[in-house]
Amino acid sequence: MVKHLNTPLTEEDVIELRAGDIVSLSGSILIARDAAHKRLTESISSGGKEPFPIKGEIIFYAGPAPTPPGEVIGPIGPTTSGRMDPYTPFLLERGLRGMIGKGKRNKEVLDAIKKHCAVYFGATGGTAVLLARSVISVEKVAYEDLGPEAVLRLGIKGMPLVVLADCYGGDIYVSGPEETVKLVQNNNV
Amino acid sequence: MSGRHEIEASEITEMVYELSLKANRILPEGIKKIIRDARDREKMPLAKQAFSDILENADLAEEKRMPICQDCGLAVVFVDVGQDLCVKGGSIEDAINEGIRRAYTEGYLRKSVVKDPLFRRENSGDNTPAVIHWKVCTGGDIRLTVSPKGMGSENMSRIYMLKPADGAEGVIKSVVETVKIAGPNPCPPIVLGIGIGGNFETVALAAKRALLKPEGVRHNIPEYADMEREILVRVNALGIGPGGYGGVTTALDAHIETLPTHIAGMPLAVNICCHALRHAEGTIEGRLSNG
Repeated sequence: MVKHLNTPLTEEDVIELRAGDIVSLSGSILIARDAAHKRLTESISSGGKEPFPIKGEIIFYAGPAPTPPGEVIGPIGPTTSGRMDPYTPFLLERGLRGMIGKGKRNKEVLDAIKKHCAVYFGATGGTAVLLARSVISVEKVAYEDLGPEAVLRLGIKGMPLVVLADCYGGDIYVSGPEETVKLVQNNNV
Repeated sequence: MSGRHEIEASEITEMVYELSLKANRILPEGIKKIIRDARDREKMPLAKQAFSDILENADLAEEKRMPICQDCGLAVVFVDVGQDLCVKGGSIEDAINEGIRRAYTEGYLRKSVVKDPLFRRENSGDNTPAVIHWKVCTGGDIRLTVSPKGMGSENMSRIYMLKPADGAEGVIKSVVETVKIAGPNPCPPIVLGIGIGGNFETVALAAKRALLKPEGVRHNIPEYADMEREILVRVNALGIGPGGYGGVTTALDAHIETLPTHIAGMPLAVNICCHALRHAEGTIEGRLSNG
């Protein structure tokens, strides 16, 4: 069953989510990856103001392909989230509500997700054209000089996602394979 | 046929351009078939959904003439050039890079190459230079294979310098360990290219070449064919599944390529590729020259 959700996600929305849930997300999200995370964190840590409010936002770790004529955006799939781990607990502390990416997170991030009632969504790697289809608008937000790594705001409608890690410590990368192994063993008996 | 054969460098550029667009936009039918088979075998709903999404994405990319994945990779090009071929009007290497440059800029493909790996990670702007692997063979033709390779799966690949005493079990254990450590990161379901033998640098290339072997076709030496089967069984028993969400198919296929090696060693390379195993190949036949 698919859970339909709209941004901004509230704490009430997030506590309903469990690892493994299939979600269709609509509303607005930010795109930021390696260089933007580094600059954002450094600028806030050194006493600067947030270049855009982080509280309540969802960040998609992605670097889209160029936009062909007649399209809203080029293919856009998740990049490996682990590279953003060093910056993530800091952003969660400042109210970041969710992330969209792929791959394992470290313990600090998983703990911070629990502590700050956040959620880590996955978009399936290798479905970039399908994901681009759910993007209805693109707007520049900050760090335009970073080129393909600039911060963008996307308007989205029905983006297909999976809950990878929930606010209870649930992690599909642990429970999914465990469940499969159990299923296979039981069938063999 | 002996004698001198000729082609123009521009013909190479044109073919690399066409092959780069095709490889990025069209998932080979053989790969689609093994993904469909995996979807039909899958029991977990989330895994089934992931397989369906992957297949729908491939169809949509082909229809809209867009790349299958936003990571259009390093452009890996295999060149098999006949020793009787004379290429006129420029170097083969320049001609290949020109084809890549045109395909990645005109075809709306993402440019992901940085010129310096450490200090000045500045984008080259056109996805050049290509990674070119040369093989000189007999005849007067040139065969080109363009295989864009994303970094998500490349980052999870590994080289082991095994000892001869480690045997087949040592190889299999190392492959399974590589896949286990990789987990969800290389965008499973994956295909495994496994190089065994050679030395430090050639074993990695053997693993990469193994990825280009036809789907579902086992090694022609029975012992290696059995190892490929055993690797698939043990890797899939990890339960990682598509997207890492859990499922009975983690690896769609596994291919071994072997090389002669030293009496004291048994190098092993495990090159992981995501399900977007993109490649396209073509041949230009040299024209017999009168000169």
